[in-house]
Amino acid sequence: MFRALFLACILLLGLPARTALAQDLQPILQDNAEEVASPSRSSVEALIEELVATGSPEVPDFLAAWQDRGVVRRDGDGLFFYGDREGGSWQLTDIDTGADAGTTENAAEIRPNGGVRRVIASALVQFQLSDPNIAARREALESIARRPQADQLQPLRNSIEGEEDPALRAAKERLANRLAASFGATTEVRVEAIEAMSGAMDIDTRAALSQMLTTEDRIADELPEDANIARVLEVGDDLTEAEAYLRLVDEGLAPAPLTNDAIRAALEANIDNGRVGGVPVGQLDDPARREEAYAALAADGAVPPLVTAKDRQEALSSHVFFLEYDEPDSAVTDAAREALDGIEARVGVYQVFDVGLDALSLASIYFLAAIGLAITFGVMGVINMAHGEFIMMGAYTGYVVQQVIPNYTASLIVALPLAFAVTFGAGVALERLVIRWLYHRPLETLLATFGISIALQQLAKNIFGTQARPLTSPSWLDGAWVINDVVQIANIRIAIFVLALVFLALILWVLNRTRLGLEVRAVTQNPGMAGSMGINPDRINMLTFGLGSGIAGIAGVAIGLYAQVTSEMGSNYIVQSFMTVVVGGVGNVWGTLAGAALIGILQKGIEWFNPSNTLAAQTYMILFIILFIQFRPKGIVALKGRAAGD
Amino acid sequence: MKNRSFLAQNPSILWFIAAIAIFTLGATLMSEAAGTGLISTSFVKTLGKTLCLMLVAIAMDVVWGYCGILSLGHMAFFGLGGYAIGMWLMYARTEIIVAESLAAATIPPTPQEVSDAIASQIFGVVGTNKFPWIWTFADSLFLQLLMVVLVPGLLALVFGWLAFRSRVTGVYLSILTQAMTLALSLYLFQNDSGLRGNNGLSGLQNLPGLDGVPQATVSIAFLWASALALALGYVLFAWVVSGKMGSVIRGVRDNEARVRFLGYHVESYKLFVFTITAVVAGIAGALYYPQAGIINPAEVAPIASIYLAVWVAIGGRGRLYGAAIGAAVVSLLSSWFTSGGAPNIDLGIYVINWTDWWLVLLGVSFVAVTLFFPKGIGGLFDLFIRNDKRAPDAVEARRREAAE
Repeated sequence: MFRALFLACILLLGLPARTALAQDLQPILQDNAEEVASPSRSSVEALIEELVATGSPEVPDFLAAWQDRGVVRRDGDGLFFYGDREGGSWQLTDIDTGADAGTTENAAEIRPNGGVRRVIASALVQFQLSDPNIAARREALESIARRPQADQLQPLRNSIEGEEDPALRAAKERLANRLAASFGATTEVRVEAIEAMSGAMDIDTRAALSQMLTTEDRIADELPEDANIARVLEVGDDLTEAEAYLRLVDEGLAPAPLTNDAIRAALEANIDNGRVGGVPVGQLDDPARREEAYAALAADGAVPPLVTAKDRQEALSSHVFFLEYDEPDSAVTDAAREALDGIEARVGVYQVFDVGLDALSLASIYFLAAIGLAITFGVMGVINMAHGEFIMMGAYTGYVVQQVIPNYTASLIVALPLAFAVTFGAGVALERLVIRWLYHRPLETLLATFGISIALQQLAKNIFGTQARPLTSPSWLDGAWVINDVVQIANIRIAIFVLALVFLALILWVLNRTRLGLEVRAVTQNPGMAGSMGINPDRINMLTFGLGSGIAGIAGVAIGLYAQVTSEMGSNYIVQSFMTVVVGGVGNVWGTLAGAALIGILQKGIEWFNPSNTLAAQTYMILFIILFIQFRPKGIVALKGRAAGD
Repeated sequence: MKNRSFLAQNPSILWFIAAIAIFTLGATLMSEAAGTGLISTSFVKTLGKTLCLMLVAIAMDVVWGYCGILSLGHMAFFGLGGYAIGMWLMYARTEIIVAESLAAATIPPTPQEVSDAIASQIFGVVGTNKFPWIWTFADSLFLQLLMVVLVPGLLALVFGWLAFRSRVTGVYLSILTQAMTLALSLYLFQNDSGLRGNNGLSGLQNLPGLDGVPQATVSIAFLWASALALALGYVLFAWVVSGKMGSVIRGVRDNEARVRFLGYHVESYKLFVFTITAVVAGIAGALYYPQAGIINPAEVAPIASIYLAVWVAIGGRGRLYGAAIGAAVVSLLSSWFTSGGAPNIDLGIYVINWTDWWLVLLGVSFVAVTLFFPKGIGGLFDLFIRNDKRAPDAVEARRREAAE
């Protein structure tokens, strides 16, 4: 079979090679002059085939011009030309030679109707598929994919061999398979095409396969032998009794059940002397009495009888509900089902991978937001409720820089260190003015910094207004890294992930490899002893707090690129950040990393199970964290021994 | 010391009750209900609400100022109490409206029809017309009043038991309670929470069956009820923090480990204090929201509980009247400033508009109080009481203990 196809391709590909032998078009047009001048949809195809068979390189041009009303017929000799309207006359061009054929005032424009234009267009597709311009080829392919038709299969196959662009060639092969699967001549051809499709994972293939598997709800007395049945529906399992009964009613196979309102209306219409069916109206608030009254009316024939549960059961049991494929060939549907199941299993695996990537990116955002806190809270034991406002300050710094420097890349390069500087300064000021007086009263630090937090938040609102401010990312951060049809990740998320890694390394380096880190650890463990070793604890506390706050500022720029800059953005992260630090284990950078990973994975994981409800996902996540802290009160990475502090 | 009566040990109780009584009487006489109309009905409601906030502030003071647990969840318990009473108010009032509209029908409605009509009235906004299971008791005032006490109480009991058992203390406990509050408010924000999601419960100011009574009278009734609850709450908590139990509770605050080594079961004391304050917070909420008229999940958000801590800190921790004063002063000032009551200050180059700058002022003054006046407004009373030799000065006693 492949050989036959191959031969066909060679033959068709040979067409351009025969141009030397090609006939001129004008004689053929003259032979069919009436058909060209006023083509009809039913008969134009024969003419087009004849034109195509000439193998003339002018055919696509002619067809395109014909379609676009660019062909005119000169009065008198009745010859056809390409015509350009110039004032009151036509500028004519010879169809075969392309030579200037003078001007005339007496020519008739040929106007094919819409149906004919479509026929011409589908004939043109085969030329467009081999067009030297890749954009035209891609467009032709897309137009086929939008409206697949059986007659496009052969031209599409013919164009595959000559395709040079590998991506486009693959796309053509996929589309050819799709067409073959839908319009193939025999069952074998179609099944083979479907099997060839099972390797793909793109949305189009999945849509094409599921289109082959569309079903229709059917009801019958017995299962028909000849139908291609997808599934028999069991009443009670697959559809509720009420739904099943309603379907019977829709098909006219059972009487409609009476609604409560209908019963009420019927009773109201039959009130006779204060009684309905012998029951006093006053007693009709009792459902049993109401039923009795209705039954009495029905016995008299005044109202349609009530559909009882028994009637309903009988109607249901005497019918069978099933889904029938629209596609009659069961071999095709079986193959399509198998292919689709295989594809979906693979898509599922990749989706898990995709959720994993999402979780990783969320975790890096939490990590960025929390790492500054891990230093001030974790290492110094200071609760800084204004940490979120430092994040906000960083984001607003980025926004202000962008107002001054219009180039997004340059402004980002300026904004990052500037945000660090601004929040470092704010942190140092906060430490000097407020926090250092409260080192022995941690709960009061919480409250005092909360005061700072509401003041800063309101201040930002007064300065920048309440509406969200944009922090636009440079264009090189815009796109996404597409791994395959299922898995892709936005560049901005990759950048945040990289930033998180950089900060992890930086913090670890500062704490473990530098003089400052050594002194910070010394002051954390025993300020008095550190003091007697010549370390100035005041200075160290100030620097540590500034460092933690500065990192919050940089995190603010990163978060601002990804979310919106508002005066409340800090408070959106503060509770999560504290939980990240507490869950991870206080006083340990690795703990913060573990905490951020846990919270990110949890949140995305729960969202995946219930994608419609992110609020519920957050609720469950927090409940999980509360429970988690019951079992590991010191967090995932708990410090042991003296460093633990208590 | 042992022979002296409870009231003699706590002279502030009488002073406090007298102050509330005078205040309530004065407000009643000046209200529209009394005919004088010196203060508007809405201001009477504001006063009544303030009394409820004072009650929850006292509860917060017991749990934080006396027991050392900085709970950031007591406004959640307050909100739960409000939701519990709000369910009955909304159900009963809708029931009356539905009954009126169905009474015109020729055929009397069945119970099922009535219930369906009420459900679709209440839950139409969230796209359902079925009663969620949590509304099972909504038709009974008694059971729903029981819920006011039981729901916050049980939540506090379970949460406290879990937290105290695993010895989560200090700032970790604060963050954990904040997480609980956040989880609760996020849950309530969902439309399928069964409590009308974002819309909350509304129309709570209309008492079912009392449509003929003007709001002026209703507001006075709630003012009295709130005042009574506040007075009773004050006595209850004064009793809790006095005597031996009070000493243990204060001991837990000052040095938990030492109290434990003395043989006391610290967790039980903490759990008791946490739960009873949650219950009182729930009751305060149940009195507050019928005066406010509406409750929605934003009222339960973590920020509300932090503000509660702010009131107590400004008023002065470790003394009940301090917390009450702090709540009254800050919440009244806050509504004065944010409602545009405070005159704007023209600095020539910039006009300070207090609706914009009040939070900045509050934040900064809060920092100042924490830094410079750790005793808060209540600390001012020390200036008078110090001359009174009979009153045991708790702060002085603590200082002596610390010096030992």
